[in-house]
Amino acid sequence: MAINLQTILFGLFSVVAVGAAMMMILHRNPVYSAIYLIVTLFALAGFYVLLNAPFVASVHVIVYAGAIMVLFLFVIMLLNLKRDPSRERGKVARRAFAVLIVAALLVEIGVLIGGAFLNGNAPVDPPPAAGLAHEGTTFMGSTAIIGKQLFTTYLLPFEIASVLLLVGMIGAVILAKRKLS
Amino acid sequence: MPLVYYLLLSAILFGIGVAGVLLRRNAIVIFMSVELMLNAVNLTFVAFAAHLKNLEGQIFVFFVMVVAAAEVAVGLALIVAIFRVKATVFIDEINLMKW
Repeated sequence: MAINLQTILFGLFSVVAVGAAMMMILHRNPVYSAIYLIVTLFALAGFYVLLNAPFVASVHVIVYAGAIMVLFLFVIMLLNLKRDPSRERGKVARRAFAVLIVAALLVEIGVLIGGAFLNGNAPVDPPPAAGLAHEGTTFMGSTAIIGKQLFTTYLLPFEIASVLLLVGMIGAVILAKRKLS
Repeated sequence: MPLVYYLLLSAILFGIGVAGVLLRRNAIVIFMSVELMLNAVNLTFVAFAAHLKNLEGQIFVFFVMVVAAAEVAVGLALIVAIFRVKATVFIDEINLMKW
């Protein structure tokens, strides 16, 4: 694998994403956790650009960093969470359990991925021009192509998604308004 | 970049998300860890879309984002509602479901 700009950017984004994600779960103050999560999300947007998906990258930044994380920060600041930081880490047994589970998960995924690739039979081979092939100069992740697909092939899921958002909105309003007694 | 690097990276991010859910006691941080896991899966989708030269992975990411947005709205409203009753968001102090 030659060292080129893509490789350098991949390494940079990986370090930023993994480091910020670690800081997110390790930092005691939830506000800092939220800010580190935003850093991770920006690194992921960088990956999407590297992967030829600029529209996904921009929507990702707008929806996640712009909307979801702002909501998180609002709620964190709405609820005063300053007290009792010593409760945060949990018991030693619980921590050991968490580390064990995560290690098992990573080994499992690593064996699956690494095994498949080291044996030389990658699970999927890129087809030459199968699926939604595109002609000429239009590149794959462009807004026009995604929009066309979304409003033709995936019209029903698109409409269901809008209903889901409406239901989520109404549910959030009702839950936040009414007092649970 | 070969696909395997992206798969390993998103596996690592997913693992960090799982660790956050298991380690942290603060419901809001647990929720953020769930978001991180969703994003790790999104990265896998986009990596496969680029690898297979197929747009469907990218389109699926949008639906994952929609579900994540609805989930965050409802989940944070739940946390606010629980905070009103119990005055805490630390999950080992919330044992409404235990008998």
